[in-house]
Amino acid sequence: MKAGAAVVLFVSAILIAGCNGAQSALNAEGAAAVQLKHLIIGIVVVCSVVWALVMVVLVLALLRARTPRESPSSESERRMGKLVTAAVAATVVIIAGLTIASFYATRGLGMSEDATLAIKVRGQQWWWQFIYDDVDPAKSFQTANEMHIPVGVDIRIELESSDVIHSFWVPSLAGKRDLIPGRQNVITIRAERPGVYRGQCAEFCGLQHSHMALFVIAEDMAAYQRWAAAQRASSVSSADPEATAGKALFMRKPCAACHTIRGTEASGSTGPDLTHVGSRQTIAAGLLDNTRGSLAAWIADPQTLKPGNNMPMVPLSSDELRQLSAYMESLK
Amino acid sequence: MTNDNKPAQPTDLMFGDDELERRLAQTWRTPAGVWGALTTVDHKIIGRRYIVTAFVFLALGGLLALAMRLQLAQPEARFIGPDRYNQIFTMHGSNMMFLFAVPVMEAMAVYLVPLMVGTRNIAFPRLNAFSYWIYLAGGLLLWISFALDTAPDVGWFAYVPLSGPQYGAGKRADLWAQMITFTEVAALAVAVEIVVTVFKQRAPGMSLDRIPLFVWSMLVTAFLVIMAMPAIMLASSTLILDRLVGTHFYNPTEGGDALLWQHLFWFFGHPEVYIIFLPAVGMVSTIIATFSRRPVFGYLPLVMALIATGLLAFGLWVHHMFVVGLPKLGESFFTASSMAIAIPAGIQIFCWLATLWGGQPVLKTPMLFVLGFIVTFVIGGLTGVMVASVPFDTQVHDTYFVVAHFHYVLVGGAVFPLLGAIYYWFPKISGRMMSETLGRWAFALIFAGFNLTFFPMHILGLEGMPRRIYTYQPEMPWAGMNMFVSFSALILSLGFLVFFVDVIRSTRSGQIAGENPWGASTLEWATSSPPPCFNFRRIPVVGARDPLWSQPEELTVAGGLRTDRRELIVSSVVEAQPEASESSPRNSIWPLLAALATTVMLIWSIFSPWAVIWGSIPIGITLTGWFWPKQTPEDES
Amino acid sequence: MKERVVLDVSRLPPHGMGRASPTWWGTCAFMLIEGSGFALAIAVYFYLMSLAPHWPIDAPAPGLVPGTTLTAILLASVVPNILLSRWARQRDLRKVRIGLIVMSVFGAVPLILRGFEFAVLNIRWDDNAYGSIIWTMLGLHTTHIVTDLIDTLVLTGLMFSKHADNPRRFGDVEDNAMYWNFVVVAWIPLYACIYWVPRL
Repeated sequence: MKAGAAVVLFVSAILIAGCNGAQSALNAEGAAAVQLKHLIIGIVVVCSVVWALVMVVLVLALLRARTPRESPSSESERRMGKLVTAAVAATVVIIAGLTIASFYATRGLGMSEDATLAIKVRGQQWWWQFIYDDVDPAKSFQTANEMHIPVGVDIRIELESSDVIHSFWVPSLAGKRDLIPGRQNVITIRAERPGVYRGQCAEFCGLQHSHMALFVIAEDMAAYQRWAAAQRASSVSSADPEATAGKALFMRKPCAACHTIRGTEASGSTGPDLTHVGSRQTIAAGLLDNTRGSLAAWIADPQTLKPGNNMPMVPLSSDELRQLSAYMESLK
Repeated sequence: MTNDNKPAQPTDLMFGDDELERRLAQTWRTPAGVWGALTTVDHKIIGRRYIVTAFVFLALGGLLALAMRLQLAQPEARFIGPDRYNQIFTMHGSNMMFLFAVPVMEAMAVYLVPLMVGTRNIAFPRLNAFSYWIYLAGGLLLWISFALDTAPDVGWFAYVPLSGPQYGAGKRADLWAQMITFTEVAALAVAVEIVVTVFKQRAPGMSLDRIPLFVWSMLVTAFLVIMAMPAIMLASSTLILDRLVGTHFYNPTEGGDALLWQHLFWFFGHPEVYIIFLPAVGMVSTIIATFSRRPVFGYLPLVMALIATGLLAFGLWVHHMFVVGLPKLGESFFTASSMAIAIPAGIQIFCWLATLWGGQPVLKTPMLFVLGFIVTFVIGGLTGVMVASVPFDTQVHDTYFVVAHFHYVLVGGAVFPLLGAIYYWFPKISGRMMSETLGRWAFALIFAGFNLTFFPMHILGLEGMPRRIYTYQPEMPWAGMNMFVSFSALILSLGFLVFFVDVIRSTRSGQIAGENPWGASTLEWATSSPPPCFNFRRIPVVGARDPLWSQPEELTVAGGLRTDRRELIVSSVVEAQPEASESSPRNSIWPLLAALATTVMLIWSIFSPWAVIWGSIPIGITLTGWFWPKQTPEDES
Repeated sequence: MKERVVLDVSRLPPHGMGRASPTWWGTCAFMLIEGSGFALAIAVYFYLMSLAPHWPIDAPAPGLVPGTTLTAILLASVVPNILLSRWARQRDLRKVRIGLIVMSVFGAVPLILRGFEFAVLNIRWDDNAYGSIIWTMLGLHTTHIVTDLIDTLVLTGLMFSKHADNPRRFGDVEDNAMYWNFVVVAWIPLYACIYWVPRL
C-alpha cells in the first residue's frame, strides 16, 4: 500500500515537473496541442483504470480462498465462460469507444483552410531552413532554425526535405509530421499565447540528429510584422572596424561558398542563410546560445561541438575569429 | 521397396524395453566429438545450440544497452560519440530482433514441438542443421562488422534515403541487409519444418483439437514467418540493388519512393512482433495450466485468438507510418485494426485469469514469470492502444514513449514468458532442476529493474525526448530521469546475471529432475530427462488433450516401427490417422557444406553482383550432394 | 512411464506418396513463400505505377515477341509436365525417363527466350524505378526457371542411375513437376504486368 502511494507521488511529481518543459506535449500552448493533450489524458485515464481492474482480478485469483482439490465442475466452467464473455464484450465496447474518440480528435485537427501565412520548411542535415515566400519576390526571405509566427492565427507549414527524412515536431504546439524527400507534407499550427516553443527533429537523420532543434517564437501581430520587415531587409552594414574586417574575411574565406548574406556577394546555399544571424537566440540548430563567444567557438571548430556536421573546420587565427564573430554578431 | 519384407525386419514389438533402447540408440545416435557435432541432425542437439547461441546474443545486446545508458545518464556526455552510438543502437535493435527474439522462439519450438507432438525428430532434419549454421553466419557477420567499426548505423529499420547509396557510405547498410538475408533464410527453414512436423508427424490420435496450445502458437507463428518474411527479403534485396547496381526503387527523382521502403519493411515488421509474441503466448498457456493444476480455460477461444491475431497482424503495418502524411481515411482504417487486435489479446488474458481463478496456483519460478508477464504485458498492450490512435501517436511517435511501449510488450510480453519457459523446460532439456532460490531473486530483480528502467520512459517521451539521440542538452528537463533510468538498468542487468549464473550452476550441479518433476500434462514429460536420442521408446497414442493427465497411470503407445532404420509415423492432418512409417535422415555433413557455400555467396554479393552467378555453383553442388540418395535403409520405400 | 501397446503400425508403407509425403508438404510451403514474394513484387510494381505521372517512365513498352513466345512455351510445357507427374505416380520408369528429358528441354528453351526478353525490355534496371522493378520481376522469375531446371536435370540423372526404381524418386519427380506448374502459373500475372499493363 505504502509502496503504491510512493509510486503515485513519484509519478505525479515527475508529471508536474514535465509540465514546465518548453518541449513537452503536456505543456500544450497551441490549439492542436491542447486538443491532443485532452485526448492523451483521457485515453491514459481509461487505460489506467483497465489495468487496475485486471490487476485486482489477478490478485484475487491468486489469493482467494479455495477448497482443496477443487477441480473445475462443468457448472463453474459455464459460469466462468459467461464472465469471460462479459469481459470480452466490455473490451469491445471500450476499444470501440477509444477508436471513436480518436476519430473525433482527428477530425478536429484537420487542415485549416484559413491560413493566411505559409512558411516552407526544408529539412537539412542537421538544420532547419525556413522560407517565407511572398507573391512579390522582393519580399521573400529565408532564415534558419528560428521561426517567428504571429499569435492566434493559423499558419500553414509546408514540409520538404533536401536530403533524408526528418520530422518537424514542436510538441507544445502540435503533433509531428515527417519531411520526406520527393514529397511535400502540410500541417497547420497555431499558437494561442506568445512564447518561445522548442522543437526537435523526430526522425533519425544521421550523425547529428540529436542536435537538430528548432524554435518557434510566437509574437503579437505587430511584433511579428516588425520582425518580418527586419528579416526582409538587406544585411546590416556595420561601421565597427572589427566587423568590417570580418566581412572582408567572410568573402575571402570558404564561408561565402556555403552561406548567403543578402546585400553582399555571399550567395552559397549549402548552409543556413546568415543575413540576420545576429538576431537569433541560438546557433547551430539550438546547440549554443547566440553570443559572441559561442559564435567564435563554433566557427573555430564546428566538428568538435557537433561532430560529423557538414560545416568543415577552417583554420583561422584568433584575430580572424574575433573579426568574424564581430561581423556575425552585427548581422541583426 | 514394399511391405513384403516386414516380418524379417526388427521392429520395436520384438524387444523388451532395455534391448529396445539399446537398438534405437544405435540407430539414432549422434557420435561423440567434433564430427558428431558437425553432422548431427538431432533436433534436440540443434535446438539446444540454437537456444544457447540466442542467449549469447541476448547478453551481448544487453551490454550494448548498458553502453547506451551510460552515455545517456548525463546531458552532453562524452563517453560515446555519435558515430559509435549510432552503430550501437542499430546493433542493439537488429541484434535483439533478428539474432535473439525470433531465433530463440523458433529454437524453443525446434526442441519442444517434436516431443510435444510425440515424434522422433523434426521434419527435414538436415534443413534444421543448415538453418542453424546460416543463423550463426549471419550473427557473426553482424558482430564482426561491429568489431571492425563498420557496423550498420541506420537504425534497425534502416529507413531510406539515410541507408541508401547517397547517404549511407561504405558497406554498413549492405552488411545489415545481408544479415537480414541470413537470418530470414534460417527462420523460413525452421518455419517450414514446424508446419510439416505439426501437420504430418503427430502421434496417432492427436487430432487438431488435441494439440497442445504451445504447438498451436508455433503453427500460427510459422505461417506468419512464411508470409511476412518475403517482404523483408524483397526490401533488403532491393536496398542492396539500389546500393550496388544503381536501381532506383527508393530514389524519388527517378520514380522511386522513400515510403516504399517503409511499406515493405513494416508489412514484415508488424507481423515480426507477433512472430516474437505468439510463441510466448503458447508458453504462458502451458505454464499457467501446469502451475494451476488444471487444463487451461477456454482452449477453443485461445486457439481462435491465436489465429485471429495472426490474421490481423497483417492489417496493422501502417500504424508505424502515422506521421508520414498518408491520407486520413487510410490512417483511420489502421487505427481501427490496431485497436481491434487488443480484443484477441484480451480474450487470452481473460482465459488465463480464469485458469488461475479456477485452479490451485503454485507459485514456482515459471509461474512467477508468467505473473510478471501479465502485469507488464497488459501495460504494454494498453500503451499499444494509445499509440494506435493517430492523434495520440503524432505526439509520441519517435519518442521515448514508443521505446517504453515496445520494451513493455517485447520484454514483458515475450522475454518474461521465455525466462519462465527456461525454468520450466530446463529440467527436461538438461535432466536437472534450476534453483528455486536463485529463480526468485532473478525474477524479483528483473521485474523491478525492468519497470524502474522503462516506465519513466513513457514520461520522457511525453516531455519531448526523441528516440535515437546520442545525447541531449542540459537545459532540457530530462537529465534526472535519465540518470534514474540508467541506474535502474543496472538492477535489471543484475537480475539477468543471476539468471545466467543459475543456468550455468544448474547445468553442472542442479538437482536431478526425473521424467516429470512438475506433474505436467504434455507428451514431452512422458520420456526421460533429457530425452534419449530417439525421443520415445515407442510412439505414443493419444486419446485426449493433456494426455498425461487423462491417463496418469500408463502411456498408450503404437508398436511396429523398425529399429534398424530411423523411422517415425506420418499421420493425417486433421485426425492424425497413421499413414506411413516414414524414414528420417541420418547424420550428414552436407548441411554444413551447403551453409558454407551459401555464406560465401551471400557475403561476396555484398561486394559484387556476379557473386550470385558464380557463388551459386558451389551451392548447387552441395545441394546435389545433400539430396543424392545414400544406400541406407532410410532410402527404402 | 509404463507403456501399453494399443496400435500396430508394422504394416504401414515405409514411404507415403502425395499428401502422405512430408516433401510434398515442404514443396507446398516453399510455393507459399515464393508466391508471397511474387505477390509483393507485383504490389511494388503497382505502387510505383500509382506514383508515376505516366507509365512506363520514359520508355516504350517492352517488345512483345520473346515474352509472348516464352509464355506460349511455358503454357505448352504444362501438358508433358502433367503427363510426367501421372507416369511418376504409376511408377513407369521408362516413361518417366522420357518425360524428364522432355521437361529438361522445356526448362532450357525458355531461358534462351528469356535472354531475348531482357534485350527488348527497352529500359535498363538503372534508368529509373520502372526499369528497376521490371528487371527485378523478370530476374526473380528467371531464378525460379533456372533452379527448377537444375532440379530437373539432377532428377534426370538420378532416374538413369541405380537409385532410380524407388517410389521415393517417383515422389521427387511428382514434387518437382508440381513446382514447375507453380513456376508457370506465377509467370502469368508477371507477364500481364510487364507486357500488358504498360499498353492499357
